[in-house]
Amino acid sequence: MAKRKFGLALSVLLAAGTLLGACGSDNGEEATNEGNNSGGGESASEYSVAMVTDVGGVDDKSFNQAAWKGIQEFGEDNGLEKGDGGFDYLQSAGEEDYIPNLNALARRDFNLVFGVGFMMQDALDEIASQQKDTEFAIIDAVVEQPNTVSLLFKEHEGSYLAGVAAALMTESKKVGFVGGMENEVIHRFESGFVQGVEAVDPSIEVDIQYTGAFDKAELGKTTANRMYSSGVDIIFHAAGGTGNGVFSEAKERKSNDPDANVWVIGVDSDQYDEGAVGDVNVTLTSMLKRVDVAVKDISEKGMNGEFPGGEVITYGISEDGVALADSRGNIPEDIMAQIDEYQEKIASGEIEVKEYPEGKEPK
Amino acid sequence: MGFLDILYFMVPVSIAYAAPLIFTALGGVFSERSGVVNIALEGLMVMGAFIGILFNLFFFDTFGSWTPWIALIAAMIVSGIFAILHAVASISFRADQVVSGVAINMLGLAIALFLTKMIFEKGQTDFIKKAIPNFDMPFLSDIPVIGPLFFKGIYGSSILAVVAAIITWYVIYKTPFGLRLRAVGEHPMAADTMGVNVNKIRYIAVIISGALAGIGGAIYSQTMTRDFGHATINGQGFMALAAMIFGKWHPIGAMGAAIFFGFAQALAVVGPSIPLIKEIPTGYLHALPYVVTILALAGFIGKATGPKANGKPYIKGSR
Repeated sequence: MAKRKFGLALSVLLAAGTLLGACGSDNGEEATNEGNNSGGGESASEYSVAMVTDVGGVDDKSFNQAAWKGIQEFGEDNGLEKGDGGFDYLQSAGEEDYIPNLNALARRDFNLVFGVGFMMQDALDEIASQQKDTEFAIIDAVVEQPNTVSLLFKEHEGSYLAGVAAALMTESKKVGFVGGMENEVIHRFESGFVQGVEAVDPSIEVDIQYTGAFDKAELGKTTANRMYSSGVDIIFHAAGGTGNGVFSEAKERKSNDPDANVWVIGVDSDQYDEGAVGDVNVTLTSMLKRVDVAVKDISEKGMNGEFPGGEVITYGISEDGVALADSRGNIPEDIMAQIDEYQEKIASGEIEVKEYPEGKEPK
Repeated sequence: MGFLDILYFMVPVSIAYAAPLIFTALGGVFSERSGVVNIALEGLMVMGAFIGILFNLFFFDTFGSWTPWIALIAAMIVSGIFAILHAVASISFRADQVVSGVAINMLGLAIALFLTKMIFEKGQTDFIKKAIPNFDMPFLSDIPVIGPLFFKGIYGSSILAVVAAIITWYVIYKTPFGLRLRAVGEHPMAADTMGVNVNKIRYIAVIISGALAGIGGAIYSQTMTRDFGHATINGQGFMALAAMIFGKWHPIGAMGAAIFFGFAQALAVVGPSIPLIKEIPTGYLHALPYVVTILALAGFIGKATGPKANGKPYIKGSR
């Protein structure tokens, strides 16, 4: 009995300690805040912007990096400095960091806070409902709060162009798509790619395979191995770190046989560096997701007092939100011109790209 | 794809996948046979993967096409040294070996990522110029059936892994050192009475296990990813641990288990292009390697018992 009471007392003490501890760190943060503010007081009236990264970090060569690039450009254009009252970011080491990071930035009086990545959906929803004076924006997900704007991308439009490029460049009449986990975003990639290929030549076979993971390079490599072995010559990957394995397989084949006709189409950012094998390169082009364009756009709107709170904004080809990267000569100019034609047709609305593959529409 | 075509694809892929696991699992065999639980394999692999890439990037100009192989040696040395931490904590200071292992896992990834940020100022390293190559073995690859199965497009590292498994078997079962190693893991007091230095043997075993896990990590990063980042090694160390238990702490058994894992993995990838299996939803195929492992462990292998003194620090004179 005495033991149990002691245990209870201990846990009460621990709980109290944790709570008080939380208070302590909060106070500390506010204190440093004030210190900074008094240092650069003149920027208090300006529009300040910050972001919380996903687990990848600001230099992930992917959307976190792109978002940070957009914020930096916005800061430079408007003469802001890094830090409170200007622009800044907080890095998340794991999912448990999302809420504290978002909260910290809101309390540091940033006018606009970006949450990067669909993983942050729930965390941002919670904080946005508590911090009503701060404006929020989330990338790749929808959060229904009056002070939050949701930014989506028409991945299917960019992937359509990737499909067109693959269909025009393939010699074996077989192309491949390697996806990560099956979800709505990756389905958009698949859908666009397949439609792009069909638009050029319906007889081209598209080999579609999902690996079920974004971080297993060995699965990407094995899948690419199977595809290339079965005669596929161009693979479009939308699989993050798993896609790394696709590049490894292509590079291996290219270095064993310089005449091997193997290509990879990269995703999210320009993956030209990934494809280098000695003096040649296996990266045909990359489907760019211009998170930086979207971030800059929303920041500018917010600065001008036009923050589109509660809205869902999608960035497609006509908004410059998705595009193909420079192929650096891997795609000849006459084919490039044909791809541009398709791009214009999508921008003008003449071609409408379906968002989801048949039978994979979200419920 | 015909049946033979599927085999021609799956067998080389399984062997390539298994090579890093074999090395790491052999490391586990050494350590656990001497009575030190080694959950730290994952962290040691991370270290090996990082050092392998780092060495390859910095010394490519000096060593040219030999770089990946020398990088394996560098990874072996560094991970061996890194494993001393685990040895000191769990042998000299008699800390809980599982806790020490978990600490090494966290520390390994943290150090590697920290150094990556310091050196490259970004979240992952650059891409290496020269990876471990695969090649067709002359003459042997022309043998019908067996040639394409085992000798076409094979990695030097895979051959090395098989050789290492055989050497490990020889060392553990046929040499005086191996006898002492096993004795120390089964009944350290008896071994001590016979004049075997228990702590010394255990130190050597843990360092060897670090070295082998380092090679495993470096093979993985130099064949599969070609760069190093936070997701490069994720779970392979634990797969190797599972392979070691699956193989009943026996070097050849561990090798077989690692290849079996590779085979299940390859089946999951090739499944959608085999007529009957195509009908199965992909989710089940992705779960296949793990389900097969559980079934094999539970049903066909029988009870897996580790070395008797595994996990217990040796205190001289205590009964």
